[in-house]
Amino acid sequence: MNDAPTNLAWRHRKATMFRWFCFTVTASAVVILGMLLWQVTSLGLPWLDAQFLTSFPSRFPEKAGIKSALYGTLWLVSMTASFAIPVGVLAAVYLEEYAKPTRLNEIININIANLAGVPSIVYGILGLAIFVRFMSLERSVVSGALTMGLLILPVIIIASKEAIKAVPSSLRQAAFAVGATRWQVMRAHVLPAALPGILTGVILALSRAIGETAPLIMIGALTYVAFIPEGPMDEFTALPIQIFNWTSRPQEEFHELASAGIIVLLGVLLLMNALAVFIRYRGSR
Amino acid sequence: MANQDDLILSIEDVCISYTGDLAVRNVSLPILENRITAIIGPSGCGKSTLLRSLNRMNDFIHGCEQTGRITFHDSNLYASDTDPVEVRRRIGMVFQRPNPFPKSIHRNVAWGPSINGLSGDLDERVERALKQAALWDEVKDRLEDSALNLSGGQQQRLCIARALAMEPEIILMDEPCSALDPVSTARIEDLLFELRKNYTIVIVTHNMQQAARVSEYTAFLENGILVEYGETDQVFTHPQSPRTEEYVTGRFG
Repeated sequence: MNDAPTNLAWRHRKATMFRWFCFTVTASAVVILGMLLWQVTSLGLPWLDAQFLTSFPSRFPEKAGIKSALYGTLWLVSMTASFAIPVGVLAAVYLEEYAKPTRLNEIININIANLAGVPSIVYGILGLAIFVRFMSLERSVVSGALTMGLLILPVIIIASKEAIKAVPSSLRQAAFAVGATRWQVMRAHVLPAALPGILTGVILALSRAIGETAPLIMIGALTYVAFIPEGPMDEFTALPIQIFNWTSRPQEEFHELASAGIIVLLGVLLLMNALAVFIRYRGSR
Repeated sequence: MANQDDLILSIEDVCISYTGDLAVRNVSLPILENRITAIIGPSGCGKSTLLRSLNRMNDFIHGCEQTGRITFHDSNLYASDTDPVEVRRRIGMVFQRPNPFPKSIHRNVAWGPSINGLSGDLDERVERALKQAALWDEVKDRLEDSALNLSGGQQQRLCIARALAMEPEIILMDEPCSALDPVSTARIEDLLFELRKNYTIVIVTHNMQQAARVSEYTAFLENGILVEYGETDQVFTHPQSPRTEEYVTGRFG
């Protein structure tokens, strides 16, 4: 008992130090993010008006707008989502619920995890070779969406697999024990329970897709587009490409336009997140 | 031994192994209709494994292999043309830990009958099952509340109601009281007395007093081997095997 008090004081001090360490790390991340946001908004906000949102790009900064890029991104994200979400979630369901744990499946699982780490430019090269050239889809929204879809599939599959795996097996057994088929168990119990986790993965994946530039440049998305895509086979540009294009110009005004473009990109991202929160809330009721 | 007409389920020379390790060895056991059969034995003796083989719940365990024959009425439970979904519809199960669906109380009971397209009024069926499970009075005013808000004992009775709503011929219970307090346990045991009038029940328990109190027939398993089977009174008061005697008198296990 003799040295217990001093020891206890040291243990308390360690606990306090750890707490402050964690706080400092969190705070520095928040501060840096705040500075970024501040810089972007202070530069870009003056340019962000209806004219900016409804105009096509231009040589003159005061006439330039983001319309074609915004529409291109909305086209791209919705088409990517409608391809990658069903394929990714169903692949995860198959791998978790139906596939027997054979050697082949083990290899498939490891490779999916590896694919999540492949540089995006490599997907761009793949997209160029397969979708643009081989399937003759040209430099269209469809080519971009399929390429982006491939890029985010591993993320969706891994997140969905984890979410499905986290559903307790007691729940499955309970459902099987009242004479449910596997499909009924999945539909009524496993998928609803896994939905929040799946949605989180989907949003992370789509957020990545919305910010990716390299694969789009690779498959030949245009940098100067004075029209909006009317169908999946049209040519397009996207927000990050437009932003990249503006930042690489010498004039200061274009850099400020790029900041305004970033605000628009963040806005789209926030809307997507809000949608996910809404779906999750609806699902939890 | 009871006469053959009462036989509803017949376990003949069944061996079950998990990736090569034998958990149940050459067990032959009759399950008699409208009787409560208890399977007792020390932890890891294979009693839960044996129980789960009776409604094909072991199908989901990878590496689980089974030989021998289990006959339900006159059909082979493991025949290639036997549908395991149909088997589980007619042979219900209550698990060791209460595992209600994270849905409303009503939905918990109604889901099984509705997916199986059972006839009759669903609400009536839910009420009947909840009454049989002695839960109706406690939940009748809050059927739409989440089942997860119920106490552990209430949740387990809800799981029993969920099984009863399917009107199964046999109910398998895998240590249904092991996660419950003594009061909840007593309520479930009272319930078993009521249920045995209409149902065949197989209950796995490591609680010997419980087996002695509720069952009419008892099987004692050790290391996957059936050591003794007989009427409960006889197994507990005049066991044939010295191992059974040592176990039921609490000298090991």
